[in-house]
Amino acid sequence: MREQPELPPDADLVTRLRGKDEVAFALVLDAWSGGMARVARSIVSTYASADEVVQDAWLAVIQGIGTFEGRSSLKTWVYRILVNTAKRRAMREGRHVSWSLVPGEDDTPTVDPTRFGGPGDQFPGHWLAFPAPWPSPEQDALAGEVSAQVEAALARLPERQRVVITLRDVEGYSSDEVCSILQISAANQRVLLHRARAFVRGKLEEYFVASAASDVGTEVRQ
Amino acid sequence: MTDLNCDELVELVTDHLDGALDEETERRVTDHLTGCDGCTAYVEQIRQTITTMASSPPDVELTDEARNALLGAFRDPPA
Repeated sequence: MREQPELPPDADLVTRLRGKDEVAFALVLDAWSGGMARVARSIVSTYASADEVVQDAWLAVIQGIGTFEGRSSLKTWVYRILVNTAKRRAMREGRHVSWSLVPGEDDTPTVDPTRFGGPGDQFPGHWLAFPAPWPSPEQDALAGEVSAQVEAALARLPERQRVVITLRDVEGYSSDEVCSILQISAANQRVLLHRARAFVRGKLEEYFVASAASDVGTEVRQ
Repeated sequence: MTDLNCDELVELVTDHLDGALDEETERRVTDHLTGCDGCTAYVEQIRQTITTMASSPPDVELTDEARNALLGAFRDPPA
Protein backbone atom coordinates (compact mmCIF):
# COMPACT_ATOMS: atom_id res chain seq x y z
CA MET A 1 0.00 0.00 0.00
CA ARG A 2 1.33 3.40 -0.92
CA GLU A 3 1.92 6.01 1.73
CA GLN A 4 -0.88 8.53 1.58
CA PRO A 5 -1.00 11.83 3.40
CA GLU A 6 -3.44 11.65 6.26
CA LEU A 7 -6.86 12.76 5.00
CA PRO A 8 -9.75 13.90 7.18
CA PRO A 9 -12.55 11.34 7.68
CA ASP A 10 -15.02 10.97 4.81
CA ALA A 11 -17.93 12.67 6.56
CA ASP A 12 -15.77 15.72 7.17
CA LEU A 13 -14.33 15.71 3.63
CA VAL A 14 -17.73 15.40 1.98
CA THR A 15 -19.19 18.27 4.01
CA ARG A 16 -16.23 20.45 3.12
CA LEU A 17 -16.35 19.53 -0.57
CA ARG A 18 -20.06 20.33 -0.71
CA GLY A 19 -19.26 23.60 1.06
CA LYS A 20 -16.81 24.48 -1.75
CA ASP A 21 -13.77 24.20 0.52
CA GLU A 22 -10.94 24.44 -1.98
CA VAL A 23 -8.31 23.22 0.51
CA ALA A 24 -10.25 19.98 0.96
CA PHE A 25 -10.53 19.54 -2.82
CA ALA A 26 -6.78 20.11 -3.26
CA LEU A 27 -6.12 17.46 -0.58
CA VAL A 28 -8.02 14.70 -2.39
CA LEU A 29 -6.82 15.87 -5.79
CA ASP A 30 -3.18 15.58 -4.71
CA ALA A 31 -3.67 12.36 -2.76
CA TRP A 32 -5.56 10.36 -5.39
CA SER A 33 -4.74 11.65 -8.90
CA GLY A 34 -1.51 9.66 -9.27
CA GLY A 35 -3.14 6.33 -8.44
CA MET A 36 -6.13 7.25 -10.60
CA ALA A 37 -3.84 7.89 -13.59
CA ARG A 38 -2.26 4.50 -13.09
CA VAL A 39 -5.62 2.73 -13.01
CA ALA A 40 -6.83 4.74 -16.03
CA ARG A 41 -3.72 3.64 -17.95
CA SER A 42 -4.66 0.02 -17.32
CA ILE A 43 -7.89 0.64 -19.26
CA VAL A 44 -7.22 3.23 -22.00
CA SER A 45 -4.55 3.09 -24.66
CA THR A 46 -2.24 6.05 -24.03
CA TYR A 47 -0.83 8.15 -21.20
CA ALA A 48 -2.45 11.20 -22.77
CA SER A 49 -5.93 9.63 -22.76
CA ALA A 50 -5.38 8.41 -19.22
CA ASP A 51 -4.60 11.97 -18.08
CA GLU A 52 -7.76 13.21 -19.78
CA VAL A 53 -9.77 10.44 -18.15
CA VAL A 54 -8.50 11.53 -14.73
CA GLN A 55 -9.47 15.12 -15.41
CA ASP A 56 -12.91 14.14 -16.76
CA ALA A 57 -13.45 11.94 -13.71
CA TRP A 58 -12.65 14.85 -11.37
CA LEU A 59 -15.07 17.07 -13.27
CA ALA A 60 -17.74 14.38 -12.81
CA VAL A 61 -16.88 14.25 -9.09
CA ILE A 62 -17.29 18.03 -8.83
CA GLN A 63 -20.67 17.79 -10.55
CA GLY A 64 -21.80 14.73 -8.61
CA ILE A 65 -20.57 15.30 -5.06
CA GLY A 66 -24.09 16.36 -4.08
CA THR A 67 -25.37 12.89 -5.01
CA PHE A 68 -22.74 10.91 -3.04
CA GLU A 69 -24.70 8.80 -0.58
CA GLY A 70 -21.87 7.44 1.54
CA ARG A 71 -22.67 3.81 0.79
CA SER A 72 -19.01 3.25 -0.07
CA SER A 73 -15.97 5.25 0.97
CA LEU A 74 -15.49 8.54 -0.87
CA LYS A 75 -12.33 7.22 -2.50
CA THR A 76 -14.08 4.07 -3.74
CA TRP A 77 -16.85 6.26 -5.19
CA VAL A 78 -14.30 8.49 -6.94
CA TYR A 79 -12.49 5.44 -8.35
CA ARG A 80 -15.78 3.98 -9.59
CA ILE A 81 -16.42 7.21 -11.50
CA LEU A 82 -12.87 7.01 -12.82
CA VAL A 83 -13.26 3.41 -14.03
CA ASN A 84 -16.59 4.18 -15.72
CA THR A 85 -15.10 7.26 -17.40
CA ALA A 86 -12.13 5.17 -18.58
CA LYS A 87 -14.37 2.38 -19.90
CA ARG A 88 -16.42 4.87 -21.93
CA ARG A 89 -13.22 6.38 -23.27
CA ALA A 90 -11.85 2.93 -24.20
CA MET A 91 -15.06 2.16 -26.10
CA ARG A 92 -14.76 5.42 -28.01
CA GLU A 93 -11.20 4.39 -28.87
CA GLY A 94 -12.63 1.18 -30.30
CA ARG A 95 -11.34 -1.06 -27.53
CA HIS A 96 -13.85 -3.67 -26.57
CA VAL A 97 -13.94 -4.09 -22.82
CA SER A 98 -15.94 -7.05 -21.62
CA TRP A 99 -16.11 -7.47 -17.87
CA SER A 100 -17.50 -10.97 -17.64
CA LEU A 101 -15.25 -14.02 -17.62
CA VAL A 102 -14.42 -15.59 -20.95
CA PRO A 103 -14.81 -19.38 -21.38
CA GLY A 104 -11.88 -21.29 -19.88
CA GLU A 105 -10.77 -18.34 -17.79
CA ASP A 106 -11.72 -19.93 -14.50
CA ASP A 107 -10.66 -23.52 -15.12
CA THR A 108 -7.57 -23.66 -17.32
CA PRO A 109 -4.25 -24.18 -15.49
CA THR A 110 -2.28 -21.04 -14.57
CA VAL A 111 0.98 -22.99 -14.35
CA ASP A 112 2.27 -24.95 -17.35
CA PRO A 113 0.99 -28.54 -16.82
CA THR A 114 4.27 -29.97 -18.13
CA ARG A 115 5.93 -28.69 -14.92
CA PHE A 116 4.06 -31.45 -13.05
CA GLY A 117 4.27 -35.23 -13.28
CA GLY A 118 1.79 -36.88 -15.65
CA PRO A 119 -0.22 -40.09 -15.05
CA GLY A 120 2.78 -42.30 -15.92
CA ASP A 121 5.24 -40.48 -13.69
CA GLN A 122 6.24 -41.53 -10.19
CA PHE A 123 4.41 -38.59 -8.58
CA PRO A 124 1.53 -37.50 -10.80
CA GLY A 125 0.49 -33.89 -10.23
CA HIS A 126 3.66 -33.02 -8.33
CA TRP A 127 6.49 -30.72 -9.40
CA LEU A 128 8.94 -32.49 -11.71
CA ALA A 129 11.50 -29.84 -10.73
CA PHE A 130 10.87 -27.30 -7.97
CA PRO A 131 10.66 -23.66 -9.03
CA ALA A 132 14.22 -22.32 -9.10
CA PRO A 133 15.00 -19.97 -6.19
CA TRP A 134 14.87 -16.23 -6.93
CA PRO A 135 17.37 -13.68 -5.70
CA SER A 136 15.95 -12.12 -2.53
CA PRO A 137 14.79 -8.53 -3.02
CA GLU A 138 17.70 -7.30 -0.82
CA GLN A 139 20.39 -9.01 -2.88
CA ASP A 140 18.86 -7.98 -6.15
CA ALA A 141 20.90 -5.03 -7.32
CA LEU A 142 18.64 -4.74 -10.36
CA ALA A 143 15.40 -3.75 -8.62
CA GLY A 144 14.72 -1.23 -11.39
CA GLU A 145 15.09 -3.93 -14.01
CA VAL A 146 12.72 -6.21 -12.07
CA SER A 147 10.14 -3.39 -11.91
CA ALA A 148 10.51 -2.94 -15.66
CA GLN A 149 9.82 -6.66 -16.15
CA VAL A 150 6.69 -6.33 -14.02
CA GLU A 151 5.51 -3.33 -16.04
CA ALA A 152 6.04 -5.25 -19.28
CA ALA A 153 4.14 -8.25 -17.91
CA LEU A 154 1.23 -6.07 -16.74
CA ALA A 155 1.05 -4.49 -20.20
CA ARG A 156 0.60 -7.92 -21.77
CA LEU A 157 -2.29 -9.00 -19.54
CA PRO A 158 -5.87 -9.05 -20.77
CA GLU A 159 -7.52 -5.79 -19.77
CA ARG A 160 -9.76 -6.98 -16.93
CA GLN A 161 -6.93 -8.89 -15.30
CA ARG A 162 -4.70 -5.84 -15.58
CA VAL A 163 -7.27 -3.55 -13.97
CA VAL A 164 -7.87 -5.95 -11.08
CA ILE A 165 -4.20 -6.61 -10.34
CA THR A 166 -3.40 -2.89 -10.62
CA LEU A 167 -6.07 -2.05 -8.06
CA ARG A 168 -5.24 -4.93 -5.71
CA ASP A 169 -1.47 -5.25 -5.84
CA VAL A 170 -0.15 -1.94 -7.17
CA GLU A 171 -2.65 0.39 -5.48
CA GLY A 172 -3.28 -1.86 -2.48
CA TYR A 173 -7.09 -1.99 -2.46
CA SER A 174 -8.86 -4.81 -0.61
CA SER A 175 -10.89 -7.42 -2.44
CA ASP A 176 -14.16 -5.81 -1.25
CA GLU A 177 -13.09 -2.39 -2.49
CA VAL A 178 -12.09 -3.73 -5.91
CA CYS A 179 -15.46 -5.49 -6.26
CA SER A 180 -17.20 -2.26 -5.34
CA ILE A 181 -15.13 -0.13 -7.75
CA LEU A 182 -15.49 -2.51 -10.70
CA GLN A 183 -18.97 -3.79 -9.80
CA ILE A 184 -17.92 -7.41 -10.16
CA SER A 185 -18.49 -10.42 -7.92
CA ALA A 186 -15.91 -11.56 -5.36
CA ALA A 187 -15.53 -14.83 -7.29
CA ASN A 188 -14.79 -13.04 -10.58
CA GLN A 189 -12.40 -10.70 -8.86
CA ARG A 190 -10.41 -13.60 -7.46
CA VAL A 191 -10.29 -15.51 -10.73
CA LEU A 192 -8.98 -12.43 -12.55
CA LEU A 193 -6.45 -11.65 -9.81
CA HIS A 194 -5.32 -15.27 -9.63
CA ARG A 195 -4.63 -15.51 -13.36
CA ALA A 196 -2.93 -12.14 -13.42
CA ARG A 197 -0.60 -12.93 -10.50
CA ALA A 198 0.32 -16.33 -11.94
CA PHE A 199 1.13 -14.66 -15.27
CA VAL A 200 3.32 -11.94 -13.73
CA ARG A 201 5.11 -14.51 -11.53
CA GLY A 202 5.72 -16.62 -14.65
CA LYS A 203 7.28 -13.65 -16.47
CA LEU A 204 9.52 -12.87 -13.48
CA GLU A 205 10.54 -16.52 -13.34
CA GLU A 206 11.51 -16.45 -17.04
CA TYR A 207 13.52 -13.31 -16.38
CA PHE A 208 15.34 -14.68 -13.30
CA VAL A 209 16.08 -18.01 -14.99
CA ALA A 210 17.45 -16.20 -18.07
CA SER A 211 19.62 -13.85 -16.00
CA ALA A 212 20.95 -16.77 -13.91
CA ALA A 213 21.84 -18.59 -17.16
CA SER A 214 23.62 -15.54 -18.59
CA ASP A 215 25.55 -15.08 -15.31
CA VAL A 216 26.75 -18.68 -15.57
CA GLY A 217 27.70 -18.03 -19.21
CA THR A 218 29.77 -15.03 -18.14
CA GLU A 219 31.61 -17.05 -15.51
CA VAL A 220 32.37 -19.81 -18.00
CA ARG A 221 33.79 -17.33 -20.49
CA GLN A 222 36.08 -15.70 -17.91
CA MET B 1 -10.04 -37.17 2.03
CA THR B 2 -7.16 -37.16 -0.43
CA ASP B 3 -4.04 -35.05 -0.25
CA LEU B 4 -3.71 -32.12 -2.59
CA ASN B 5 -1.43 -32.39 -5.57
CA CYS B 6 0.96 -29.56 -6.39
CA ASP B 7 -0.92 -28.76 -9.61
CA GLU B 8 -4.08 -28.31 -7.49
CA LEU B 9 -2.35 -26.25 -4.83
CA VAL B 10 -1.03 -23.64 -7.27
CA GLU B 11 -4.64 -22.88 -8.27
CA LEU B 12 -5.63 -22.24 -4.63
CA VAL B 13 -2.85 -19.77 -3.81
CA THR B 14 -4.87 -16.59 -4.35
CA ASP B 15 -7.82 -17.81 -2.27
CA HIS B 16 -5.33 -19.00 0.37
CA LEU B 17 -3.60 -15.62 0.57
CA ASP B 18 -6.98 -13.85 0.69
CA GLY B 19 -8.18 -16.13 3.49
CA ALA B 20 -11.09 -17.09 1.23
CA LEU B 21 -10.84 -20.89 1.51
CA ASP B 22 -13.21 -22.97 3.60
CA GLU B 23 -11.64 -24.38 6.76
CA GLU B 24 -11.17 -27.90 5.40
CA THR B 25 -9.45 -26.78 2.16
CA GLU B 26 -7.31 -24.27 4.04
CA ARG B 27 -6.09 -27.08 6.29
CA ARG B 28 -5.24 -29.24 3.26
CA VAL B 29 -3.28 -26.32 1.77
CA THR B 30 -1.37 -25.74 5.00
CA ASP B 31 -0.64 -29.46 5.39
CA HIS B 32 0.62 -29.67 1.83
CA LEU B 33 2.85 -26.62 2.21
CA THR B 34 4.39 -28.11 5.38
CA GLY B 35 5.71 -31.02 3.40
CA CYS B 36 6.36 -29.53 -0.03
CA ASP B 37 9.38 -27.33 -0.77
CA GLY B 38 8.28 -26.79 -4.36
CA CYS B 39 4.89 -25.31 -3.45
CA THR B 40 6.41 -23.37 -0.55
CA ALA B 41 8.80 -21.79 -3.09
CA TYR B 42 5.89 -21.11 -5.46
CA VAL B 43 3.79 -19.35 -2.80
CA GLU B 44 6.85 -17.35 -1.69
CA GLN B 45 7.42 -16.24 -5.31
CA ILE B 46 3.79 -15.15 -5.62
CA ARG B 47 4.30 -13.10 -2.43
CA GLN B 48 7.50 -11.62 -3.84
CA THR B 49 5.68 -10.77 -7.07
CA ILE B 50 3.02 -8.90 -5.05
CA THR B 51 5.70 -7.06 -3.05
CA THR B 52 7.43 -6.01 -6.26
CA MET B 53 4.18 -4.65 -7.70
CA ALA B 54 3.41 -2.75 -4.50
CA SER B 55 6.76 -0.98 -4.75
CA SER B 56 6.54 -0.06 -8.43
CA PRO B 57 7.73 3.43 -9.33
CA PRO B 58 5.64 6.24 -7.85
CA ASP B 59 2.64 7.46 -9.78
CA VAL B 60 2.97 10.44 -12.04
CA GLU B 61 1.23 13.43 -10.48
CA LEU B 62 -1.08 15.86 -12.23
CA THR B 63 0.59 18.59 -14.26
CA ASP B 64 0.33 22.06 -12.72
CA GLU B 65 -1.82 23.06 -15.65
CA ALA B 66 -4.33 20.26 -15.10
CA ARG B 67 -4.28 20.83 -11.34
CA ASN B 68 -5.03 24.53 -11.72
CA ALA B 69 -7.78 23.84 -14.28
CA LEU B 70 -9.46 21.41 -11.87
CA LEU B 71 -9.17 23.78 -8.92
CA GLY B 72 -10.75 26.43 -11.17
CA ALA B 73 -13.57 24.07 -12.13
CA PHE B 74 -14.17 23.32 -8.45
CA ARG B 75 -14.40 27.04 -7.68
CA ASP B 76 -16.66 27.78 -10.67
CA PRO B 77 -18.21 24.56 -11.96
CA PRO B 78 -18.88 24.64 -15.70
CA ALA B 79 -22.64 25.09 -16.22
